[in-house]
Amino acid sequence: MNTPLNAQSPQLTLTEQRLLDEFQHGFPLEPRPYARIAQQLGVSETAVLDSLQRLQAAGAVSRVGPVLQPNRIGVSTLAALAVPSDRLDAVATLVSEYPEVNHNYQREHDYNLWFVVTAPNRERLAAVLDDIGRRSGLPVLDLPMLEDYFIDLGFRLQWT
Amino acid sequence: MDMNVTPHPALDDAVNRALLQAVEGGLPLALRPYAVVGEQLGIAENEVIARLYNLQEQGIIKRMGVVVRHRVLGYRANAMVVWDVADAEVAATGCCLGAVPFVTLCYRRPRRLPDWPYNLFTMIHGQDRAQVLARVDHLVNRCDMQDIAHQVLFSPRCFKQRGARYTTLDTRMETSP
Repeated sequence: MNTPLNAQSPQLTLTEQRLLDEFQHGFPLEPRPYARIAQQLGVSETAVLDSLQRLQAAGAVSRVGPVLQPNRIGVSTLAALAVPSDRLDAVATLVSEYPEVNHNYQREHDYNLWFVVTAPNRERLAAVLDDIGRRSGLPVLDLPMLEDYFIDLGFRLQWT
Repeated sequence: MDMNVTPHPALDDAVNRALLQAVEGGLPLALRPYAVVGEQLGIAENEVIARLYNLQEQGIIKRMGVVVRHRVLGYRANAMVVWDVADAEVAATGCCLGAVPFVTLCYRRPRRLPDWPYNLFTMIHGQDRAQVLARVDHLVNRCDMQDIAHQVLFSPRCFKQRGARYTTLDTRMETSP
């Protein structure tokens, strides 16, 4: 799932901008949540659903739903590898293959591949890290979260 | 926040686990999404709503809403900024950084000496590199971090990004080629 930097942003209507800006948290817990959102935006329920479908198809919305607190239900860690540049693509592919890996990014540093691993328990998490280390032949930097100082209210978008 | 993971009592409940599994990939884009989920699980719509409310109250669900992909929306520059903060200062500094609106994650993580001296991790998105770097300067001033070593790790490429799947993963090792 490569996302090139020159990807075209989908053109957003004002209503869609508000949809993305104002509903990243506090999604209505009532039988017809999209109708409630529609009411607040002054559009129809179908228009909200159509917009979300379009934004999802365009890749701007990954999903509508819960974001889980890390380490409450399973365990997770941030891991990094220092990969020789000629092997980066191959090792990145190897890492992305694991269903336990949900984020995998190249970063500009000697540690140039950074990924998040989540698993139902510590044993499984350790097994995945070991497996990645063994298959890549590279030592894995394992950096589990110790404390969270951030209150997640979603991502503040600024439309320019 | 405690790192020693003991499963939350709410997760002993099989229906809660099945519910999280049903919704962690996203709610259906349907007129009555909770009814659709309830039908899959064999429970009533209002029970789905009540359980999601409780899971949120208990902090298992951090937030519910639209999950956006920054890059596709024009936030093309994203940097992980890592700081080497004295252990005695890290909580205060972390809270200062975590309260700044453009900081999207703020975690303390262990140092791994000698390879890795940084213990505080923040994520900063911006429309371009210049904006991200200006934001880092802003953080340094705002949280009095002039003397704190830090590095800005820009990300030129995203190989994979999706929500965490805690509940759907099989505990067996996947076949490794």
